[in-house]
Amino acid sequence: MDMRELIERLTSRHKLGAPIFQRPDLTFVDLTDNDRLRALLVELRDIEGFTHLVLLTAVDWIEEGKFQLTYMLNNRAANQTLGLRVYLERKDPVEFTSIHDIWPTAETYQRELREMFGINFPGSPRVMDEFILEGWTDMPPYRRDFDTLAYSQQTYRDRPGRATNDPRDHMKSKMYPEG
Amino acid sequence: MFSFNPDRSQYPDVGPDGKLEVDLETGKYLKLWHGPNHPGITGNMSVEITVDGDEVVEGKTHVGYLHRGFEKLMERRTFIQVFPIVCRVCVPEPDFNEYCYAAAVEELAGIEVPEQAQWIRTLILEMGRFNSYMMAMGGIAGALGSGVIGQWMTYVRDLMLDRFEEMTGARIYHMFILPGGVRAGLPEGFAGRMEEVLRTAEKYLADVDKVLFTNAVFKKRTKGVGYIDPALFEPYGVTGPNARAGGVAKDLRKDAPYLVYDQLDFEVVTETASDIWARAMVRRRDIDVSISLIRQILAKMPTEGPVMTALPNVLHWKIPRGETYIKGESSRGEYGYYLVTDGSGYPRRVNVRGPSYTHAMALLEHLIPGTNISDIAALMVSLHTYPPEIER
Repeated sequence: MDMRELIERLTSRHKLGAPIFQRPDLTFVDLTDNDRLRALLVELRDIEGFTHLVLLTAVDWIEEGKFQLTYMLNNRAANQTLGLRVYLERKDPVEFTSIHDIWPTAETYQRELREMFGINFPGSPRVMDEFILEGWTDMPPYRRDFDTLAYSQQTYRDRPGRATNDPRDHMKSKMYPEG
Repeated sequence: MFSFNPDRSQYPDVGPDGKLEVDLETGKYLKLWHGPNHPGITGNMSVEITVDGDEVVEGKTHVGYLHRGFEKLMERRTFIQVFPIVCRVCVPEPDFNEYCYAAAVEELAGIEVPEQAQWIRTLILEMGRFNSYMMAMGGIAGALGSGVIGQWMTYVRDLMLDRFEEMTGARIYHMFILPGGVRAGLPEGFAGRMEEVLRTAEKYLADVDKVLFTNAVFKKRTKGVGYIDPALFEPYGVTGPNARAGGVAKDLRKDAPYLVYDQLDFEVVTETASDIWARAMVRRRDIDVSISLIRQILAKMPTEGPVMTALPNVLHWKIPRGETYIKGESSRGEYGYYLVTDGSGYPRRVNVRGPSYTHAMALLEHLIPGTNISDIAALMVSLHTYPPEIER
């Protein structure tokens, strides 16, 4: 399968960005019209042979105010992997179309994204159930603006008798005690 | 042959939201926790099951006992600092993480890996696969009451861990495959000592064939039980031995050869029954493939030349913006790393695609309704799931 030809064919019907041919067997392409996602995925699955959903995950581009969703699809017969990227506005509430009816396994990925990135997929089975974090009330932790250090300092207490040293000063005082 | 024909009229009704309407007040149903502390569970996870008599009507996988937030941790570490973390993502087969991460970094940073390092990487991955299958064989036998197989397999795995220790200095987390190559070449006389381990393994595996695969109890409890319809493989993302047991020869070592697999001679093992027996058998026969591959690698690999490419100053190592996905065939199926970089000295996002993520969640929950409570352990172990890679 020639990926350049495939992207050209798809671009005639869907709004796609410029493709990145990362490796002979790996291509990334942006979908600029988010409403066409389901149509494009079904076409890729049923007509182009990309039957295997490898993964679905998000990347937080906080500087650009966007979430990137990556739908990684694989066509085993042609040994081709296609990373389809979609961008969402980073404004709460963040919601997007669920694809659990196209690939049932997407349900788990969407549950995790809801919990870790706060991206909701209305209609996806058990999407509001807790996946990994029980009783979590803070900001979704995989977002870039979640401060892990501040969270742990506010949530947990230091064990008594614990001291924090600046590494440079500490080493200096140990190695040259006379100054 | 053991057969189980559930009476569907006994099932609870399905509510408008698609969930079963289980009213515990009626006394007809009972909720049980299978795990997280249970001999028939594969590590730190649990299945919440609803039973009607001894028939299971619903099962929900619960994870979260082992979440360490590795993907978040990696975003706060430089590329070389990430490398000691990745192996800890999956405990029983850690080398796959090292390989996938190293290969992803090499691709985005444009680093070439010396040929000898490619062979050593392949050797390590096959040794890791062998170890992982040892645990799987012990697990499936143990789940059906044959604990002695687990002891034999642990012994054989321990011999292989000795070889790992000799080669890398560590038994479980080797931290040997790092971006740019591997840490060192093989020690003197390694091939001979490896051959001894493989011969011992073959002796024990011959015993396993006699004790396990001809055992009437094992046959009755696994044949025809835990059937996965091959039509479910694509919708549920089933890969690896679970798919090969259903007659689909999915094996990335053949489908998308990486490292030096294109220079090695092996067949993809398949079975057709797609039940617990077939999955156990595929793993048993795949051990033979691994043993043969280890022998081939040691015979064919170059022994001269560098094993490591010089890296840039790793303290100030910046990788241009880009993204890639590296995959390989682990002992459980497709294992992959999705790495996104943003031009800084830190990864923007690392996502680990573990095969158990799909097998133990959506697939297991789909398979459980209608099974007998005593088959749950065998069903779960036969999917060969490792919880650490579900929650990372």
